[in-house]
Amino acid sequence: MEQKAITFTIDGVEIKGSPGQTIMQAADEAGVYIPRLCYLKDLTPHGSCRICTVMVNGRSQAACTQPITEGMVVENNTDALDEHRRNIVDMLFVEGNHYCMFCEKSGNCELQAMAYRLGICAPKYPYLFPQSNVDASHPDILIDRNRCILCGRCVIASRDVDGKNVFEFVGRGPEKRIAVNAEAKLSDTDIDVTDKAAQVCPVGAIIKKRVGFAVPIGERLYDKEPIGSDIESKKNK
Amino acid sequence: MNETLQATVKKICEENGNDRTKMINIVKSVQKKIGCVNNESIDSIAKQVNAPRVDVEGVVSFYAFLSKESKGKIVIRLCNDVVDKIKGVDKVAEAFCDELGIKMGDTTSDDTFTLEYTPCIGMCDQAPAALINDTVVTDLSPDKIKKLISDLKEQNDPSKISFPKGDGNNAHELVNSMVNNNILKKGEVIFSDFESGASLKKALSMKPEEVIGVIKTSSLRGRGGAGFPTGLKWEFTRAAKGDRKIVMCNADEGEPGTFKDRVILTERYDLLFEGMAIAGYAIGSDAGIIYLRGEYLYLKNFLESMIGKAKENGFLGKKILGLEGFDFDIRIQMGAGAYICGEESALISSCEGLRGDPKTRPPFPAQKGYKNCPTTVNNVETFCCVSKILDIGAEKFVQIGTKGSTGTKVLSISGDCKKPGIYEFPFGVTLEELLGDAGAEDVQAVLVGGPSGQFIASDGFKRKICFTDLATGGSIVIFNKQRNMLEIADEYMAFFEEESCGYCTPCRVGNVLLKKCLERIIDGKGEPKDLDYLNELGESIKLTSRCGLGQTSPNPVLTTIKNFRSQYESIIKEKKDGMQPGFDIKKAINEAENLTGRKSVIF
Ligand SMILES: Cc1cc2nc3c(=O)[nH]c(=O)nc-3n(C[C@H](O)[C@H](O)[C@H](O)COP(=O)(O)O)c2cc1C
Ligand code: SF4
Repeated sequence: MEQKAITFTIDGVEIKGSPGQTIMQAADEAGVYIPRLCYLKDLTPHGSCRICTVMVNGRSQAACTQPITEGMVVENNTDALDEHRRNIVDMLFVEGNHYCMFCEKSGNCELQAMAYRLGICAPKYPYLFPQSNVDASHPDILIDRNRCILCGRCVIASRDVDGKNVFEFVGRGPEKRIAVNAEAKLSDTDIDVTDKAAQVCPVGAIIKKRVGFAVPIGERLYDKEPIGSDIESKKNK
Repeated sequence: MNETLQATVKKICEENGNDRTKMINIVKSVQKKIGCVNNESIDSIAKQVNAPRVDVEGVVSFYAFLSKESKGKIVIRLCNDVVDKIKGVDKVAEAFCDELGIKMGDTTSDDTFTLEYTPCIGMCDQAPAALINDTVVTDLSPDKIKKLISDLKEQNDPSKISFPKGDGNNAHELVNSMVNNNILKKGEVIFSDFESGASLKKALSMKPEEVIGVIKTSSLRGRGGAGFPTGLKWEFTRAAKGDRKIVMCNADEGEPGTFKDRVILTERYDLLFEGMAIAGYAIGSDAGIIYLRGEYLYLKNFLESMIGKAKENGFLGKKILGLEGFDFDIRIQMGAGAYICGEESALISSCEGLRGDPKTRPPFPAQKGYKNCPTTVNNVETFCCVSKILDIGAEKFVQIGTKGSTGTKVLSISGDCKKPGIYEFPFGVTLEELLGDAGAEDVQAVLVGGPSGQFIASDGFKRKICFTDLATGGSIVIFNKQRNMLEIADEYMAFFEEESCGYCTPCRVGNVLLKKCLERIIDGKGEPKDLDYLNELGESIKLTSRCGLGQTSPNPVLTTIKNFRSQYESIIKEKKDGMQPGFDIKKAINEAENLTGRKSVIF
């Protein structure tokens, strides 16, 4: 059965999507970039980072979880929303211990790239300097919780794609952190370096061993073009 | 591996059908039996119910009443809500510490006592109060602590201590509590006379759609805080696709300063059960769940026994009032110490044995709720209103209150007033009127709707309690002119920081940042631009947070800045030397001075 397309607007531009799509999915297909960190195509949206907050008919909603409806009016690229997004990115920076200058992920890091895209030079909030730990027990994978932004991608990928449940959140509120399905160590879980869960981290919290700096800094993904360019390029075609 | 522990855990899991969705019950039972849910128990539970161990750990680490570390046999949880502070809980805490020789948060060396703080336990009208294991102890004062501890040492079990009995059903053998109802004003809906069974009978004589019609005509709006039209919610739930539908009663009552559901549950359970059964009939459900906050465990046996009585009377159970095909039963699900579980989708998560994270919406509970069944979640008082509406008729109900806010509202009034307690007013009552009734003098501020609501200054005392002016789930806290509004806002921010589920960035991190800045101002290190900083940060948290907690948590700061700005301005001063007040140059160079062994010539 052919389902009727849904027409709505983002920043005044008409977009067509199919029923059941979220704002994010429809926007991506149309080449309209909505900034995001926790959302990753093909994974169940987590809706936790809140960077994709857009105004829908005047109310704030997360674009990654909000379904499209006929005639809805979405605001995305506004000064006010970008200010809120900068604030959230700032929060993520001060919540962790992010040392971009010597982080292996630099240049490929979505958090760093988002900060650049939004024009952040330094966070306006005071650093919280949390005490976090590193788990280097696994032969092929390293977890550095200093850099974790609690996006949930690894949890979802391990559960839904790998069928393993290697990761889950523990603790509540500011104490919330990522934990592994073992009393303490990642090496006691059944994760494998080829698992989806090991590929999806947007930052440098879950990284593969022995491939560090394979691509030199300066030649990495976001060193060349801003985050979101791939999506925006669809529109220009 | 400890075999007895494994056997204990196995037995508990089996009693719960090795059912993962019963996780809260399982971990609570383990905690009760062995004093904690340690790594070994987590492993055993995971194996027994076939869940990833990290999921079990995720649950245990979420709820305040669960702990991986072993605690004393007797856990004293002293309520440190703002109202308890006003009523002198700090001195009580000192007395406990002195008597036990430990600090707050510690356990005695013989593992008998653990002493810790807990947020509002719903006893603000008889504060300071504490939960000692499952027993509520109210009206504490420093002079009572010595005897209390010696009694506890002697009996080894707080439930065996003979406290004076409270009023009404608090004295019932199954409640057996020193808690008092303090019902100081009875209104026309909740605390008026009611004949059990009459409303249900009327409902069952109509078609379910007609019952929903009556509720819509009554313009009843939810009493839990959000004020959603009840009839509409039921209509959605009835219309939603699903083989089974669920009626969920929200008895989590976690908003600081709210204790009205406690009293309704104690004295008006008949109205509640009947309202739930009517909801069941209206939406086509045979299953009701009451989610009761962990702090109100002392009411559980009593309520279960009253559910049994209602069944005997034919008001619940199979073929209700003889109507073939209408079955409706109610069970109680206990919470485990998490304010966020009062949020309806988090409440459902918790009932499903998960961490109490709110769910992604849509789908809304009315579409996909408990175990994916269409679910209507309503507050205790809302269900009671339903019974009364069926009893007196929608036309009479709309006569009470105001046009957009029909009926009455049960308010929990506490803080600086002579008569803290329960007041049922018709909607439209002004703050001035209720302050008068509660015997409040010299009032500086009224907190309407708890910390997620707003602080109102005296220029707003003519404002009305209703959905279009001052909406509230029932919490009214009064502060006199001696109180420091900044410190109060800071206390409430500590509450939100602690109670955020941590799922989304703005609420998890933003509240911490708000509090940090507020602390700095209180410390005398504030700068004029801090007020803009707080306002902007607060707005970002409100706009981008994922659920109602974060969408309201900056309110203590934002509404005190708005209505008590002079208190902020009086301690924020531009520094003459042009330095940032938050920066202490002497402290910053102290280490360098020590290293070099000489003093700075400039500072
Ligand atoms: C953080 C938070 C806590 C809440 N706590 C409660 C509560 O303790 N009791 C309650 O009835 N509603 C509470 N609510 C509101 C519920 O989400 C929901 O709106 C309500 O139970 C619906 O019932 P009603 O329509 O009858 O009011 C809370 C909401 C939030 C966001
Ligand atoms: S707003 Fe707060 S409580 Fe609600 S989902 Fe986000 S972190 Fe959790």
